[in-house]
Amino acid sequence: MVINMSWKIWALKKSPWVFHVNTGACNNCDIELLELLTPRFDVERFGIKLVGTPRHADALVVTGGVTRQAAPRLQEIYRQTPKPCVVFAIGSCACSKGIFKKGYHMIGPVDKVIKEVDPEAIVMYIPGCPPKPEAMILGVVKALAAL
Amino acid sequence: MFLDAGKYIFYFLVFPGFIFTLAVGLISVWIDRKVTARVQWRVGPPPGQPLYDILKLLGKETIVPKNSNKTLFLSAPLVGLGSVTIVSVILWLASVYKISFVGDLFVVVYLLMLPSLSLMIGGMASGNPMAATGANREMKLILAYELPFLLCLAIVIIKSGISINMVDLAGNHVMGSISGVLAFLISLLCIQAKLGFTPFDIAEAETEIMEGPYIEYSGVPLALFKITQAMLLFTLPVYLISVFLGGLNFRGLGILWTVLKYVAILVVIIVIKNTNPRLRIDQALKFFWRFLTPAGIVALVLAIIGHISGIDWL
Repeated sequence: MVINMSWKIWALKKSPWVFHVNTGACNNCDIELLELLTPRFDVERFGIKLVGTPRHADALVVTGGVTRQAAPRLQEIYRQTPKPCVVFAIGSCACSKGIFKKGYHMIGPVDKVIKEVDPEAIVMYIPGCPPKPEAMILGVVKALAAL
Repeated sequence: MFLDAGKYIFYFLVFPGFIFTLAVGLISVWIDRKVTARVQWRVGPPPGQPLYDILKLLGKETIVPKNSNKTLFLSAPLVGLGSVTIVSVILWLASVYKISFVGDLFVVVYLLMLPSLSLMIGGMASGNPMAATGANREMKLILAYELPFLLCLAIVIIKSGISINMVDLAGNHVMGSISGVLAFLISLLCIQAKLGFTPFDIAEAETEIMEGPYIEYSGVPLALFKITQAMLLFTLPVYLISVFLGGLNFRGLGILWTVLKYVAILVVIIVIKNTNPRLRIDQALKFFWRFLTPAGIVALVLAIIGHISGIDWL
């Protein structure tokens, strides 16, 4: 069983496909995220690919603190993603609600919303407003090393 | 008797069949992604990337949507995979071992349509509106490219002296004539559409209908679809080589020549993919019906005139 799990995790580390979820971000993190796919950073070197549907995804990249409207959608998308999968909370808002801490429309940071669905979920935090592309690559490398 | 059965199982599973086609197909997918990356001034993935992708998908959870037809949804990928394997076996047995049967050309043409059909069945069975749209577009695309594709085949049959046998076709010289060159170019574009590559990736448009028929697939069935695509990327150029470019040859320097032909066709396909925007479905239909089908008919008429009057270069 241990060997069985280990090749799955090994292959997952080699080709994490990413689905991008915006749960109420100001678009700043999204723009920085798209930087990663450009020739300057080119994350396809590590097998990271942006996919269009959560069914193909291994990692959900969530930007923005979760609003009231977005929370059920985020939970539904998490349920739709085949396991094993990882959640990345990108930016200060996604990690801790950021400057919207007292906003009436904010339900909570990403980890709280995801853990309502699955208490075992793996959530990684990459703070910054917005985080630099280098910081995101570092975060992904550290996260994959920790799996 | 048992020896024969063992030999055929070996043909299907190992050498010209599944494992060999898959291995070369995965290398071709890597070449595709690497050349694409270089065209876009990027570095691109490492050589093992397609293999890692498939291993990862095999290890993931398989989700079956609640309002899908479960049997069709799960069996559709197998149809495409099986048909590509059989096509590869027929092409290689005809080229390398000179084993053939009358009319195997038509079997190949029919079987080459099955991967698109399996995609349609899978998309329709998944019960997702995006997938249904994708399947719908795939169906229209098949209607568009099948006619010029078959016209080109008719030209090859006439050029090889009315033979419908893969072995006889492999030794002909279609490319020495105007109609043959036209037929080759038209077939190349049809193959672009069969592969679902960029000017004709209307069915699985990632940016508008989220990969179309694949949208609900995850885990093992998705891996089977990826394997089918990789094998198609190897099998369709081999089909072009064995029908138009004098077949596969593995004696002496022939190996080098065969590999060169394959890589040349592959790179032409990839460059077409990377230098064109996606067409709308009506534009694709117009392109195939208004330009390629008349061109195919003209080439066919030239070929018939050449055959009757004995002029080789027509």
